[in-house]
Amino acid sequence: MDIMNIINPILSIGGLGVVFGAGLGVAGELFYVEEDPKIGEILEALPGANCGGCGFPGCGGCAAAIAAGTAPITACPVGGSAVAEKIGGIMGIEASSSEPVAAFVKCGGTCEKAKSKYEYFGIDDCNMAVQLAGGGSKTCNYGCLGLGSCLKACGFGAIEIIDGIAVVDKEKCVACGQCVSACPKHLIELLPAKNKIKVQCSSKDLGKVVMQACSVGCISCKICEKNCPFDAIHVIDNIAVIDYTKCKSCGICANKCPKGVITGKRPTVAADAKPAPAAAPKAAPAPAAEAPKAEAPKAEEKPAE
Amino acid sequence: MNLILLILAGIFVNNYVLSQFLGICPFLGVSKKVETAAGMGVAVIFVMSLASAVAYLVYNLILVPLHIEYLYNIAFILVIASLVQFVEMFLKKAAPALYQALGVFLPLITTNCAVLGVAVLNMQKEYNFIESVLNGFGGATGFALAIILFAGIRERIEDNDTPKAFDGFPMALITAGLMSIAFLGFSGLIKL
Repeated sequence: MDIMNIINPILSIGGLGVVFGAGLGVAGELFYVEEDPKIGEILEALPGANCGGCGFPGCGGCAAAIAAGTAPITACPVGGSAVAEKIGGIMGIEASSSEPVAAFVKCGGTCEKAKSKYEYFGIDDCNMAVQLAGGGSKTCNYGCLGLGSCLKACGFGAIEIIDGIAVVDKEKCVACGQCVSACPKHLIELLPAKNKIKVQCSSKDLGKVVMQACSVGCISCKICEKNCPFDAIHVIDNIAVIDYTKCKSCGICANKCPKGVITGKRPTVAADAKPAPAAAPKAAPAPAAEAPKAEAPKAEEKPAE
Repeated sequence: MNLILLILAGIFVNNYVLSQFLGICPFLGVSKKVETAAGMGVAVIFVMSLASAVAYLVYNLILVPLHIEYLYNIAFILVIASLVQFVEMFLKKAAPALYQALGVFLPLITTNCAVLGVAVLNMQKEYNFIESVLNGFGGATGFALAIILFAGIRERIEDNDTPKAFDGFPMALITAGLMSIAFLGFSGLIKL
């Protein structure tokens, strides 16, 4: 009798387990749903942290979306290019965006350089601030408000607010694009990380208006356009736009820009900058006046590097 | 009449989350958006009603005749876990739309202690089969109500400036506490 006290539970609970296990096994066969085998393979390649950084519910959701073609092979911001390459192999697509991109804030209007219309004492959020009169406190309608909506959106701590504008740390940026959609001014764009030549302004205002609002705004003088040997930079809608398929990052535009709007100045080309005013006498006063100024920040940059 | 009272008691008076503090994990984890909270709520209603029924059958048809009632915890966990797995497979085949809607929440419920809590409470209070199922349904509806209300409040808090120290979970916990106090107002309305 005593022995039954031991055997009964073992048999019943063990039996339950066996029955349920077998039942699940049978059900698994019975209710088997044809799934794209790629989903499983992609799931293997993903980091498997289920962090949700891609915007899908876990890695499984992301894998299903990639296999269905609704998400790019680079959908996982955490895995980066290594994972994208693996997934590309599974999907039979070459990792076309093999050139790494990083977020870039197209505004250089720091507290000193850009003027303000009024002082803002509202909620610390760009999306709230733009709803106020004039779309924010900056005189320039296109400028970074510096309230850090992008910073909050960034899950990788790659954005900092320095001197009132957002600055992306390229090392930390994984190009997930969260900040791009978070910016109400549409200032952030994913640009090639290696190319240092970037237009740090988004203002589509006329030159005179820009001049009054900000000391580092693109005044659409077209000096960059005229000097580019590769036809890679054009002034469209009063703002210089770089065609990165053509740009060879020679830095001529950056050195010629009278307002210092274009990043990536090169010291070697800067020495040749002086004969330029002679070639373009009309624009002479501006570059000449800006020349010392243009060299000053470069000198600052050097020790920083 | 008693059965209706049983459901109402499960929803308001003996609310599993806000009065008995069961199932707190999904309550805090899946309550950032009303949409996902509603999905979780529906999934819990579904599973909890089913689990109470099956747990009742297992307890009364297997454990009681064999005099091994003391193994109820193991048996219930076994039942609930395999039941959820089975339901997930079944839905995937039979009702893909429902499966998509419930999505990741179904497997999450496997480890929801409120589901086990319902099964154990049904047993302790010696409810019959219908009472057990209705108690499970009422309790799960209460869970759904609590999590959807909570998600609504959290969505609004998200838009506001909270002191830095309270950002995120601290604020959510305080909110949950206040909701619990509010639900205390129902206590004593129905005595079962």
